[in-house]
Amino acid sequence: MKIHEYQAKELLAAAGAKIPQGIVVNNPQEAVKAFESMGGKPVVLKAQVHAGGRGKGRFKDSGKDFGGVKFIKSKEDVAPIAEVMLKYPLVTLQTGTEGQKVSKLLVQNAADIAREVYLGMVLDRAYGMPVMMACAEGGVEIEEVAHTHPEKILKVPVSPEVGLQPYQARRLAFDLGFTGDQVPQAEAIMMALSKVFLEKDCSLAEINPLVVTPQGEVLALDAKITFDDNGLFRHPDVEALRDLAEENPAEVRAAKSGLSFVQMSGNIGCLVNGAGLAMSTMDIIKYHGGEPANFLDVGGGANKDQVTEAFRILLSDPSVKAVLVNIFGGIMKCDTIANAILAAYKEVGFHVPLVVRLEGTNVAEGKKILSESGLQIIAAEGLTDAAKKVVAASKAGK
Amino acid sequence: MSILVDKNTRVICQGLGKAGTFHAIQCREYGTQVVGGVVPGKGGTTKEGFPIFNTVAEAVAKTGANATMIFVPPPGAADAIMEAADAGIEIIVAITEGIPVLDMAKAKRFLVTKPKSRLIGPNCPGLITPGQCKIGIMPGYIHKPGTIGVISRSGTLTYEAVWQLTNLGLGQSTCVGIGGDPIIGTTQIELLKMFQDDPNTEAILMMGEIGGTAEEEAAAYVQKHVTKPVAAFIAGQTAPPGKRMGHAGAIISGGSGSAQDKIAALRKAGILTADSPADLGVTLQAALKRGR
Repeated sequence: MKIHEYQAKELLAAAGAKIPQGIVVNNPQEAVKAFESMGGKPVVLKAQVHAGGRGKGRFKDSGKDFGGVKFIKSKEDVAPIAEVMLKYPLVTLQTGTEGQKVSKLLVQNAADIAREVYLGMVLDRAYGMPVMMACAEGGVEIEEVAHTHPEKILKVPVSPEVGLQPYQARRLAFDLGFTGDQVPQAEAIMMALSKVFLEKDCSLAEINPLVVTPQGEVLALDAKITFDDNGLFRHPDVEALRDLAEENPAEVRAAKSGLSFVQMSGNIGCLVNGAGLAMSTMDIIKYHGGEPANFLDVGGGANKDQVTEAFRILLSDPSVKAVLVNIFGGIMKCDTIANAILAAYKEVGFHVPLVVRLEGTNVAEGKKILSESGLQIIAAEGLTDAAKKVVAASKAGK
Repeated sequence: MSILVDKNTRVICQGLGKAGTFHAIQCREYGTQVVGGVVPGKGGTTKEGFPIFNTVAEAVAKTGANATMIFVPPPGAADAIMEAADAGIEIIVAITEGIPVLDMAKAKRFLVTKPKSRLIGPNCPGLITPGQCKIGIMPGYIHKPGTIGVISRSGTLTYEAVWQLTNLGLGQSTCVGIGGDPIIGTTQIELLKMFQDDPNTEAILMMGEIGGTAEEEAAAYVQKHVTKPVAAFIAGQTAPPGKRMGHAGAIISGGSGSAQDKIAALRKAGILTADSPADLGVTLQAALKRGR
């Protein structure tokens, strides 16, 4: 689960990190008021969206040539710019062409910057534990640096039991080239980052950039936090930060029924049991010339209600021209799933071709149930046959 | 004839709720020696014929169990893993899905202090030595005793692979589902080594998926140390970056973990890699024919 920049900064500040002065606003009037209350000095107006690449993004159909992060010097500019940001969707490399509607802005004191560094914490699979990562060059795409100059990234494994130790933070601060008073300030931010990461079950926490002002003040200028979904059950405070407007409605709806769903851009809906098989089903559709509309794992014990809801979600996507059900019955018996498919099919009112491939436990009974139903269900034998049939059906329907 | 488990393996089940009980019975019906269960507070009773103990230590002392199958729900699952290791259990199979990753980071560090114990999973279907011992939720009948070692991060995709092998007359020595989480107990490389050293395993089928770089590391290991034929498949060629595809560990992030990178690494190491998931069995067959 992701949260907004301002929320991430609040969590870090509560843990002891210094952040720039800033006020969250919901409309242009509040933005002007915030500008005034911060002393009328230059500010940065920052659109609060989960997607990255805000600065380089553009507001769709606004005709304006600025992105989601805008430096503002004078009071007269605040309201018109805030209005554009709150009116038009922001399109970035990560939002897709539709863009993301912005409902909150962060009015932030525009800090002068003498130096920028990157600071982040992530779960490192190879170490099997969290690591703090830092790079003396901030404001960069850390993924790009990792590829082109991996030697520039400093890594410190952090014990999940005791957290980042002061000596580790101190050493990292010196290695990053901080001097004098900057060292304890940088250390405090590193300790805060580790504290938030471990206490709130984060999977990624980044401060990019961490800056030094000409006056020698060290600040977390931007922040991004992603939480481990598996850890949310013990953090109702984090769950409360969720912004559903930022999430795909179909994915939210699926999650409520215990379905794992990811929206794709194709026209073949998929319903599969098991994540690996669900990914493979998308792959084989593509392999035979089709485009999957989604990833959908109904899990190990899908029942009629789940299958019905899954069908509803698939069919509510107007681009879906055909649906493939691919079930390898293990514990879930094929006759059970066949009955669930029939019931759901009738209840939902199918309007596109449905291809069903069943394999595994009680497969003969399952197939018999489908073939004797008299419904327009296309039966498939094996994965290849299923993929070919659903791709053909999706093209015929156009 | 196998790795890790065989007909002499004595298994207990931690967590005998609805799913745990169902699968403990299924395992027993397959022929596995399921010698008891652990449910704190229910020690001294029996359930479906399984003697119940309060702690793993007690279960080990009274039954001689050397393996466990864990169905404990996520909040207590890492604790259950550590309890099993502390009691000296050798093979710990964690089926539970949804364990917080930081809990697993702690458990994994704890396991370093228990070198006798090996964790399989979590978030996995378990493992099976066909005809001898099934510890997990896979349908037993799709398997057939034989000489192919199977390693997979997935559940149903493993069944798909095993079914294709069985239909081609290719039986399996042992099939291991290593789990779909970012932090897992036993890695592909450890299993590749075991299968390489197992005189009764003739060839290895490895199913990977997007996320992390374990397949790239396994490919390099195969190139250096494995003399037996290996075939592979990577799920998630169509998966978009930044999205978790069902499994907590199946995510392309930070510019790494894509299927294309993994397939390239496998092919570079000379491993036959199937383009289509319908060709898992025939690709292994081709690898057998060609040799390593």
